[in-house]
Amino acid sequence: MIIHPRHTQIIAISMLVILTVFTLAILVFIILFVFSKGLPYISFDFLFSNPEDMGKAGGIFPTLIGTIVLPLLAIIIATPLGVGTAVYLTEYTRENRITRIIRFGADCLAGIPSIIFGLFGFIFFVTTLEMGWSIISGSLTLAFMILPTIIRTSEEAIKAVPYSYREVGFSLGATLWQTVRKIVLPNALPGIVTGIMLSIGRSIGETAAVIFTAGSSLRIPNSVFDSIRTMSVHFYILAREGISSKNAYATAAVLIISILLINLVTYWIMNRFIAKKTK
Amino acid sequence: MPKIIKVKQLDLYYNQFQALKSVNMDVDNNNIIGLIGPSGCGKSTLLRTLNRMNDLIEGVKIKGEILLDGVNIYSSQMEIYELRKRVGMVFQRPNPFPLSIFENVSFGLKVERFTDKKKTAEIVEKSLQAAWLWDDLKDKLNESAIKLPLYQQQLLCIARLLAVEPEVILMDEPCSALDPIATMKVEELMLELKKEYHIVIVTHNMQQAARISDLCGYMLLGEMIEFGKTSDIFTNPRDKRTQDYITGRYG
Repeated sequence: MIIHPRHTQIIAISMLVILTVFTLAILVFIILFVFSKGLPYISFDFLFSNPEDMGKAGGIFPTLIGTIVLPLLAIIIATPLGVGTAVYLTEYTRENRITRIIRFGADCLAGIPSIIFGLFGFIFFVTTLEMGWSIISGSLTLAFMILPTIIRTSEEAIKAVPYSYREVGFSLGATLWQTVRKIVLPNALPGIVTGIMLSIGRSIGETAAVIFTAGSSLRIPNSVFDSIRTMSVHFYILAREGISSKNAYATAAVLIISILLINLVTYWIMNRFIAKKTK
Repeated sequence: MPKIIKVKQLDLYYNQFQALKSVNMDVDNNNIIGLIGPSGCGKSTLLRTLNRMNDLIEGVKIKGEILLDGVNIYSSQMEIYELRKRVGMVFQRPNPFPLSIFENVSFGLKVERFTDKKKTAEIVEKSLQAAWLWDDLKDKLNESAIKLPLYQQQLLCIARLLAVEPEVILMDEPCSALDPIATMKVEELMLELKKEYHIVIVTHNMQQAARISDLCGYMLLGEMIEFGKTSDIFTNPRDKRTQDYITGRYG
């Protein structure tokens, strides 16, 4: 039987619509499910008071701090390393075997399960360098974990800047560094920030690498050498040890909301940034 | 002051492929020099050797000499950044940066680490005036340059170049993205600019070369077939190949 192209077109469109709706429905279902179980327990007290009885009662304040501090430090460490590497690879080297090996290495690192990074962080930072279970061990480990993502997304963003901009820069007597700093990086910024956002999301959601390196203390830390627990670790422990499933869901809901908020704020900032440039 | 450009026995290779074959060219006085020839004849390549833009391409080898006021621009006596400030370039596609009009024109000054704000504003005004844009744009200097119509973008690129006070202006088919009226305006501007600058223009448009150039070079397959006064080339070409090209037998 031969189907007329017009009909295959209609079939294709309906199939694609169904697939899209199905995918979205699953996502929405997950979020609604967590929200319906968790939202009722979220209150000001829950967010800003200390947990009691291992988290069975009380709030999640220390984990809120952990969730902010750990990824933030990781980003502060990883961004200059990652963007610097990306600039060097794209602008300062010609495509050759060494750049290909570095790129291949970054791709491999990006695909390594986070537990391996956790194990590495535990052996290297926590025990060998004697940093103990601490914010600094956790942040460094997370930084290494997200580094490949930042390198690769920054690279793509930098490559997407039209070559003609560079040509003009050079033709006006600018050095490569001036061209990179004044033209290439500002134009690649939206892409670079996207990579950073992805990485923030990934490190906020990370549990395995964090338990191994930052520990799971529920006390409020005094310095970066204290152990800390993030929200992800918190609800993992709550659920895993059967301490309190309602608090686990509530924490998960808070986590989802904060990731949504981070994304919204970033989009808002990016849009303002782009609007300002193309005004 | 007019600068003397001399190209001596210039060979250029892209890896194995020889794109320029012992090209010679001699320019004194302020002139518009037109380079014409069919696609792939090497005219853009020759243009880009004059400010060393070809250096950016992998596998380029150059033999021979290009002298700017007696100094070989490929020697260590001439710093490449200095050269590019003295020999500026206007590209085929208008390519303003996605910045404001003011920031575009002052870009070259920023490169120079020029920080005097008042002086910068003066130079921006002077450059925009010289490129005939000041009256149209003086009230919207902070608006984005990429929202301008194409021909104003191209004039803006010329203004951006004039701000660094070059001695030679290279133009790589500067009008090919513009409509005839805009093209005319750019040509008039070039005739004005030649009072102070050397202009070397590569063009696909033979009539354009005939209209505005004083000297003209006809290139074919990497060779400079004929170089001389434009009027001679178009009315009394010495070489049969030049004649065939300008009469439209091929190209």
